[in-house]
Amino acid sequence: MEISPDGIIYWQSGWIKLNATIVYTWVVMALLVLFSVYISRKLTSNPKKISRGQNVLEIVVINVRKQIREVSQQNPDRFMAFIGTLFIFIAVSNLLGIIPGFRPPTGSLSTTTALAICVFIAVPFFGVASRGLGGYLKQYLQPTPFMLPFNIIGDFSRTLALAVRLFGNVMSGSMLVAILLAIIPFVFPIIMQAFGMLTGFIQAYIFAVLAMVYIASATSVQEKKLNHTEEK
Amino acid sequence: METITLIGMASVISAGLTIAIGAIGPALGQGRAVAQALSAIAQQPDESNNITRTLFVGLAMIESTGIYCFVVAMILIFVNPFWNYAIALAGG
Repeated sequence: MEISPDGIIYWQSGWIKLNATIVYTWVVMALLVLFSVYISRKLTSNPKKISRGQNVLEIVVINVRKQIREVSQQNPDRFMAFIGTLFIFIAVSNLLGIIPGFRPPTGSLSTTTALAICVFIAVPFFGVASRGLGGYLKQYLQPTPFMLPFNIIGDFSRTLALAVRLFGNVMSGSMLVAILLAIIPFVFPIIMQAFGMLTGFIQAYIFAVLAMVYIASATSVQEKKLNHTEEK
Repeated sequence: METITLIGMASVISAGLTIAIGAIGPALGQGRAVAQALSAIAQQPDESNNITRTLFVGLAMIESTGIYCFVVAMILIFVNPFWNYAIALAGG
């Protein structure tokens, strides 16, 4: 029993390995891109002729924007692409796990570590873009300069926690169903599969919200200070 | 007792203890968090969206330590490097 799709290798030449993680990541990418391209060919703002796919995509986009605005108290346009992609990719790859034979790429520590490293790089990127290099680095000395090592360690540990949390939830869901199929194959695996879908969706939301919280904590204080001086 | 028996026994016993003890803490913490969230919603039903979202984020963070214990137990059972080494030694 494989605990990770990294071990299933479809093709290998030298040190280049094509394993199940990469193949299923490509499947999810192709699905998302082709669906979006197909829907955005005939975009319309006429409420009588709007297609169902466009309606679904509008619901997703509007809700992601609303959540980003509520969490960060800022204009969501800057963060929409990154956070929206994180949420949609993780949600679709977890929800597709119900298809027999599909192994969610987020069930592999490689994928979740890659996503967590993307967040780790995005936080200083957005922070420096909105506060400048000095302003962003000064934040590490924030309550007192003694906190500098703890702030740095905290940065690394929350990235690690993001990766392991997502990996643990998705891997445990699929492993639980596999074990149940060997013990009580009748009705219980279906219930646990549905529960796995629920936790997969919640974990996608948690990942995106936590990424937004980290980015907001690195970008937000400057704007509040501006408002304060404008009030004076 | 042979080395390979000792390694197998220690791995299995520690895996069981890890997940058993490791599941207690997050469960207690999450129970307290949900209880506080429910009383907060009862006091201010208008803010229930905000409270629910904060509750879910908090629950996910508390769950993380339980998941660390689960991952260690899985590693001990399935991809145990000491067991693999002992098997390689015995096979070779």
